[in-house]
Amino acid sequence: MAEFKKADSMLEWFDQRLGVVNFAKVMMTEYWIPKNINFLWAMGVLLTVLFTFLVVSGIFLLMYYKPDANMAFDSVNYTIMQEVAYGWLFRHIHAVGASVVFLIIYIHMFTGIYYGSYKKGREMIWISGMLLFMLFSAEGFSGYMLPWGQMSYWAAYVITEIFGGIPFIGDDLVVWIRGNFYVADATLTRFFMLHVLLIPLAIIGAIVFHFYALRFPHVNNEHGEFFDFDEESKKYLAGDKKHSKVIPFWPVFLSKDVFVLGIFLIFFFYLVFFHYSFAMDPINFDKADGLKTPAHIYPEWYFLWSYEVLRGWFFEIAGISGKDLGLMAFGFANAIFLVIPWLDRSPIVKPANQRPYFKYWFWLMIADLMVLTEFGKLPPTGPNAWVGFGASLTFLVLFIALPFITKAEAGKVKGKK
Amino acid sequence: MMDESRRGFIGKAFGAVAAVGGIASLIAMKKTWDPLPSVMSAGFTTVDVSGLEANKLEIVVWRGKPVFILKYSEDMKPTDGRSVKIGDYYFSVMIGLCTHLGCIPGYEGDKKMFKCACHGGEYSADGVNTFGPPPRPLDIPPFKLDGVTLVLGDEGPEYKKMTAKA
Repeated sequence: MAEFKKADSMLEWFDQRLGVVNFAKVMMTEYWIPKNINFLWAMGVLLTVLFTFLVVSGIFLLMYYKPDANMAFDSVNYTIMQEVAYGWLFRHIHAVGASVVFLIIYIHMFTGIYYGSYKKGREMIWISGMLLFMLFSAEGFSGYMLPWGQMSYWAAYVITEIFGGIPFIGDDLVVWIRGNFYVADATLTRFFMLHVLLIPLAIIGAIVFHFYALRFPHVNNEHGEFFDFDEESKKYLAGDKKHSKVIPFWPVFLSKDVFVLGIFLIFFFYLVFFHYSFAMDPINFDKADGLKTPAHIYPEWYFLWSYEVLRGWFFEIAGISGKDLGLMAFGFANAIFLVIPWLDRSPIVKPANQRPYFKYWFWLMIADLMVLTEFGKLPPTGPNAWVGFGASLTFLVLFIALPFITKAEAGKVKGKK
Repeated sequence: MMDESRRGFIGKAFGAVAAVGGIASLIAMKKTWDPLPSVMSAGFTTVDVSGLEANKLEIVVWRGKPVFILKYSEDMKPTDGRSVKIGDYYFSVMIGLCTHLGCIPGYEGDKKMFKCACHGGEYSADGVNTFGPPPRPLDIPPFKLDGVTLVLGDEGPEYKKMTAKA
């Protein structure tokens, strides 16, 4: 055993045993962040805070929620909403938080795409981030089932049914996932387990990994500039804070983040207290009924774009049914963002507005996602179906064209030099 | 050299034991997710069709889904591969979910057709889609005949004959 001398202070006592001084340096005071960043770089901290809100509000909901097909609906709508003191507050924080977390995830994601923060050594940051997006999607879907209202039930029905499209094993797989021939009590209890334990554990692990993946390639900056972090941090530590291109995570970076967070929380709690109904679909206040389909089923806003990609294919092409084409397009849409670091063939790391071709691609992609989101909520009939098909096709074409567009861009930039 | 091969052997033996244990755990986990025996045995619904009225829709629940049983009246013609003869009468036996998006169509006895309120799909009395977005006729559930009793969930010779034709 190592020799311990008597500590002179509490800090020293802990430092001897846990190395807290070094730990604080590595994690906080000497973790370097570029100086030339803007408010969009605060989204990571916002997401961490939102995830904490979801965990804390979830813990309180868990005290009264009953994962049982006969009791779940009343435990939410009667016990939690009416009997438990401030039960409504925790439910609204949980519901609004689940919706807003996706808004911030999308901003975070598209910031990354806009500034090219996924290439030249930052691939693992991007991949771990997309993994988090998928885990949050699974968490959102499993949680949506728990109040056991009509929308909960039919969303669960439609989404589990998607697995039926997998060749050969599809039908058996659907029964296996549901634990019954239809969405039933067994489905509710297993998705409850996923929602409150397995997926949150995976999310926490993925968050740690995401943060870790940032340490070696470092955070990108507004200009896509590469510089020597060791050299810049030496300048900062020597007192030349003005000329150093970096700031420490704590207290400098976080103090800016906390300001952005403060503004965000005003918006967030405005929604929680005064505008929560957008996150609470009225149809979900009818108890789940497997024999009565609501006239119109749609997912929450954050899934609408991929839902529309699934739905957009309503006719047969080359002998493949519309349903299968939709499933293929849906699979493509959900996997394609993961490989964006390799689809972008241009070596330039610059904000999109400084890239001659990519800027058009970026804004077209955003516009297409907005059209998909808008039409994902409308009934798929008449001209809507054709707009949906067009937007869905555009999405595929955009991503298939990305390697060629960026390759051409790289050539053009090289030619200029 | 002797040492190396001993270590190699111990390593391989450990790996083999761990692999067997790992696979066994995965099987156990997969089976825990399987539908329970009680769920599987509840997958059959038995209906006595002798008391049904002609041209009046009977809806029974099978595996959480509505199943339409429609006894034909005198003037209704049976369709090959879709109508089932039980005793002396013909019946339509179909899963009552619109093949478009899974709504439950209603039966209009006077017009002898099904109409789906969600997106306006229409089906004839034997379940063939006649109008609107439905891509195919109403599905026929697996069934077995036992006299005048219909057992849903089991594949009898009549069912196999029908699906072979379709």
